[in-house]
Amino acid sequence: MPIGHYLFLSLALFLIGAIGVITRRNVLIVLMSIELILNAVNINLVAFSRYFGDVAGQVFALFIIAAAVAEAAVGLGIIIAFFRNRETVLADEMDLLKW
Amino acid sequence: MNAPGYFLSHLWFIPLFPLISSAVMFFFGRRLSKEAVNLFCVGTVFLSFLHALGAVLKLLALPASQRVYQQILFPWVTPGAMPTATGMVNFVADWGYLLDPLSCVMVIVVTFVGFLIHVYSIGYMAHEGGYYRFFGYLNLFMFSMLTLVLANNLLLLFVGWEGVGLCSYLLIGFYFLKKFAADAGKKAFIVNRIGDAGFLLGLLLVAATFGTVRFTSQGLPDPAAFSGILQTLANMVAQHQVAYGASVFTAIALLLFVGAAGNSAQIPFYVWLPDAMEGPIPVSALIHGATMVVAGVYMVARMSAIYQLAPVAMDVVAVVGAATAIFAATLAVVQTDIKKVLAYSTISQLGYMFLALGVGAFAAGVFHLMTHAFFKALLFLGAGSVIHSLSGEQDIRKMGGLRYTIPATSVPFLFATLAITGVPGLSGFFSKNEILGHIFNRHQMMDRYLVLWVVGIFTAGLTAFYMFRLLFETFYGMSRVSIALEGHIHESPKTMTVPLMILAFFSIVSGWLALPILWGEESPFERFLEPSLRGVEVDTGEIAFGRHTLLAEYSLMAASVALVAVGWWLAYKLYLDSPKLHTKLAESWPRLHNLLIHKYYVDEIYDALFVNRIKDLSTALGFFDSKVVDGLGVDGAGWLVRRFSRISIWWDKWVVDAVVNLLGRFPKFLSMPMRMFQTGVFSTYAVFILIGLAVLLGYYGHHVQIFVRTLH
Repeated sequence: MPIGHYLFLSLALFLIGAIGVITRRNVLIVLMSIELILNAVNINLVAFSRYFGDVAGQVFALFIIAAAVAEAAVGLGIIIAFFRNRETVLADEMDLLKW
Repeated sequence: MNAPGYFLSHLWFIPLFPLISSAVMFFFGRRLSKEAVNLFCVGTVFLSFLHALGAVLKLLALPASQRVYQQILFPWVTPGAMPTATGMVNFVADWGYLLDPLSCVMVIVVTFVGFLIHVYSIGYMAHEGGYYRFFGYLNLFMFSMLTLVLANNLLLLFVGWEGVGLCSYLLIGFYFLKKFAADAGKKAFIVNRIGDAGFLLGLLLVAATFGTVRFTSQGLPDPAAFSGILQTLANMVAQHQVAYGASVFTAIALLLFVGAAGNSAQIPFYVWLPDAMEGPIPVSALIHGATMVVAGVYMVARMSAIYQLAPVAMDVVAVVGAATAIFAATLAVVQTDIKKVLAYSTISQLGYMFLALGVGAFAAGVFHLMTHAFFKALLFLGAGSVIHSLSGEQDIRKMGGLRYTIPATSVPFLFATLAITGVPGLSGFFSKNEILGHIFNRHQMMDRYLVLWVVGIFTAGLTAFYMFRLLFETFYGMSRVSIALEGHIHESPKTMTVPLMILAFFSIVSGWLALPILWGEESPFERFLEPSLRGVEVDTGEIAFGRHTLLAEYSLMAASVALVAVGWWLAYKLYLDSPKLHTKLAESWPRLHNLLIHKYYVDEIYDALFVNRIKDLSTALGFFDSKVVDGLGVDGAGWLVRRFSRISIWWDKWVVDAVVNLLGRFPKFLSMPMRMFQTGVFSTYAVFILIGLAVLLGYYGHHVQIFVRTLH
């Protein structure tokens, strides 16, 4: 299969995820979008790994999955902590660092 | 001259002893016991007396022409060359002491009477506060007075002069918490100062005229090295540079007499002496009776060489003396305070002394000085004893009949009264008649001396009257002592009565030095003093007068005794015989009585003319100070500073602060755009990340294109 198809899928997922990060109000959805971005990158890596026959891409994808898991856990922890303090999950209302 | 021996070569010890003890009093006196103070102060005066006695005896052993001894401790004032009337002279005033017949008499009187008064003070001041202070001042006075009489030059004499003036002020104002005493001290010092101004001018004139202030150069180991006034004067006269009656001598004599009048309480400077009675009795006895007030007489006698060449000045001295004598005597007649009577009596007797000096009888004046010291000190100490016995009563109207209760005081007092009035046989008789005799003698040349003689003898009568009045009112007649004090009348302690007896002895005996005049010879006292008072040989153009005949002598004595008897009889009649007679007399001439009671209103006149005018001047100056100096200067300066501070405030607020604020606001202004980026919302930050990513892709995008082409 021409690699272009996989790259295109990866790009589409990435864009959906990016727009979700920018646009969505609920910060949990933002977190899910970030996962989407990471997984898009994973697809990209694996596609190139298959195309060039170098296993390094797949290994790197495994690393990213691990990192994504950790980051999701920590991110959720932060959100829950924030929710306990401020009672909100909406990004607009999380502006404590405003000037 | 041959070796001086201990007493003469240690002449400078005589003033030194009291100086040491007064210094000890000033530094440690507070901590010393009364006995220690006594030992020091009275002991040093006694030592001075012994040294004085030794020195005088040593001097007497010499033949009459050599009885001068000088010693110079150190050259004191050495300004260098000075132009004088006789050319350029190297002027030196040294700190030295002179002992010649005149200063012999003075130093014996001062130390002996001073010693007796110190002993008396032990008893009198025993219950007073400030014991050590009193003796310290009294010893300082002794030092000054001894410096005065032993000085070998006019400048050192002036040092002593000022010192006695100071001690007089300190001692008159001894009870300084009493306003009247403090005022009296001030009055004494200020009036004295006016006289001192004249003295100083006279001293400067002497220095300018003679090139030296030393009295004589006799008695020094090397007489040619220094020259004294006497020698310079003799030279000047011999070389006909100046003549008899020259105006420079008159000026010197008059200026020095102004100083003498201030110190010795003559008209117009006598006003301080009656007020000075505020001080304790020993002070009145020593300073205002026996020693300080006679400093003027001593000084004039010392400068007799100059006075003899200034007949106009001598006349002035004689007239002032006579006027003072009779003026003060009239005032003493109506005084009711025992001390005030004695004060005016002192002024009157001092007038006598100056009268004697003024007619040229210098020795007679000094003789009267000596006898007066004894009986006046005795009178004052006796009065003090009376006051002490009556626990402070000083008004003679409240005394009387005391001779029965305090005989140890009244008997010496009686002798003193007899002496001062001139009862035959006692000292005053001899000295007064010496003076009157000399005046009468001179009158054969000039009629105006007859007036002086009349004044003198009339004053003698007045003296007899007021002194016997004092005696009768205090000691004789019915007791008018208030009931409260009646039971407390007690005799004074031995330390007070023994000096009285010693002084009484000398009041009687000291006149006998002139006994030979009774049989027509010259008085030994005068012969003793003659070398000091000789002056300079000069042709005065007057006929020399010899002594009057024995008949004239006895007639004069009879006349004076007659007047004394009249005075005694009047006092007896008015005060003893019919006790109220004097009051009736006072009431029948109220205006005269008032005039006398108010002392001829002299104090009021002085106040109006001088004292209040000076106070007005100081008020005016004070006004100037508060309105102009304080108003313009101080307040104005403050106003100006406040105006300037306004400007400073404006500058500080609008210029300095503006810059500071600008510096603060500028970064804030610059950072405004940057702040907008910090929204705190995650979404915004995510946008920036993606924008950054896009930029990166665009920048490195051409690599991706190449790569993608290789894929196909």
